[in-house]
Amino acid sequence: MTTLRRLPVTAYSLWLASPLAIAMLLFFLAPLGVLGVVSFYGDAAMTQWGTLAQWQKMFDAFGLMVLADTLWLGIQVTLLSLVLGYALAWVFVRTPTSLQPLIIFIVMLPLLTSVVVRTFAWIVVLGRQGIINSALLDLGWIDTPLKLLYTRWGLVVALANVQLPLMVLPLINSLQKIDRNLSDASASLGASEWQTFRKITLPLSMPGIIAGSLLTFAAAITAFISQSLIGGGQMLFMPMYLYQQASALSNYPFAAAISLTFLATVIVCVSALNRLGSLSRWRAA
Amino acid sequence: MARRKSFSTLVFRGTIGSLAAITLLLLIAPTVVVLVVSLTNGYSLKFPPPGYSLRWYVELLQAEHLHFAAWNSFKVAVATTTLSVTLGVGAALAIARSPTRMARILDSTFLSPLVLPALSFGFAALMTFSAVGLGVSATTLIIGHTAVCVPYVIRTTTASLAQMDPALLESSASLGASRWYGFRRVTLPLIRPGVVAGAFIAFMSSFDNVPVSLFLRDARTDMLPIRMWQDLEGKLDVTIAALSGVIIVFTFVMMVLMERATGLSQRLRQ
Repeated sequence: MTTLRRLPVTAYSLWLASPLAIAMLLFFLAPLGVLGVVSFYGDAAMTQWGTLAQWQKMFDAFGLMVLADTLWLGIQVTLLSLVLGYALAWVFVRTPTSLQPLIIFIVMLPLLTSVVVRTFAWIVVLGRQGIINSALLDLGWIDTPLKLLYTRWGLVVALANVQLPLMVLPLINSLQKIDRNLSDASASLGASEWQTFRKITLPLSMPGIIAGSLLTFAAAITAFISQSLIGGGQMLFMPMYLYQQASALSNYPFAAAISLTFLATVIVCVSALNRLGSLSRWRAA
Repeated sequence: MARRKSFSTLVFRGTIGSLAAITLLLLIAPTVVVLVVSLTNGYSLKFPPPGYSLRWYVELLQAEHLHFAAWNSFKVAVATTTLSVTLGVGAALAIARSPTRMARILDSTFLSPLVLPALSFGFAALMTFSAVGLGVSATTLIIGHTAVCVPYVIRTTTASLAQMDPALLESSASLGASRWYGFRRVTLPLIRPGVVAGAFIAFMSSFDNVPVSLFLRDARTDMLPIRMWQDLEGKLDVTIAALSGVIIVFTFVMMVLMERATGLSQRLRQ
């Protein structure tokens, strides 16, 4: 009996995970529960409990607009970095192996560089005296500097680049797994490169597209620093909405309702994409 | 017929190739621009700078509020990394080879901070600590950072455990090695690069953390990324460009060292 229950030498007891499991329960899951409780207070001083006032306020026209705009920003950023990232990944798998580590290094450096530094870099690029404006002025294409910073497009382009490594790495992984014989066969049967791309490469790289989009989307909508510094004070997205209510206005119950709404939205989006991902893996297999 | 096909191939390759070139440029340019601007002798972030000097790096040497925040961030990151490695390696060992349902649930719980909005968690942690009467301090910062940094250690450690041949442990056991001896002499040396890579990523992401620090820090425990953000909200200071230059060079050097020691790029791609 005892020999049956004994753990094989190649495995480790599940109890080794218990310290982290307890820590996560106390310091990650319990706080999310606390948010739930706090969100039912009717007032900022937290005296009346048991009302839906904060939730009604969260889902009023203004709150819904902020939520929708945040999701829209995430979609714009994800689409742009998908186009840019896919092209890079496609070229990467056709690059000589000796050059590949260099490209990986270029992709990874921003991933590990501080997000404030990366955002700051885009402020310098997009600013009135930045590289784009001075180049356009020198070429004589414009007379006065363009307003690039604090605009929607400035924010989308900067965010797409700040999050680009998250998109490129999964794409490279899934493109590398595709058997090169498939595209050779397709070409020898007379398909153009574009047809091969649409019919073979694109469907087979779906798991990478979904994994990359998931990470990029989640990162883009929560990118507090980039949103606040490049978007400026004119644009309001969920992270700043939450921060303003919690820090500047000390309205904790309302901030808790915003927080949970944001969390739930991300969970729904991520699981929907995950679902798509497992479906496409199943079809690709 | 054949000519038309090669023309469309050319268009296709040209489009995708130039998009890829633009992407590479967009990845490199901002870093280079910051490094160049940090060497300006002027007072603005004008590119190209009117002239070059090291004055803003000298200025940085005197910026004591930045030193204070950087030192705090460093201390918190070291403690967070230590705690993340201790808890994370144990958890990775437990779940990596276990086929049980419990192990899968634990796995997705431990990795969930990677996609959930950390800002929501930072605020939730603040509420919880104040509900039990704990004021914000370095300790609360370390706890908060560990919750969001531990997934990196688990991911890289689990990946290197998956690559390890279980037959090695079986033969070590059949030769009479104890479980602990087998761990020390077989498992640990084989997973060490994965653990070190995870520790490095955890350190960098703690040092760079904004969403948790935003709520759990105060004037006594000022954190570098938050200090930089607040400085940039006020005015576009060239000292921040110099500080960015230092951070970029530091990250670059650490990445090269880690690549040599652990094959970091392979691990990040898993």
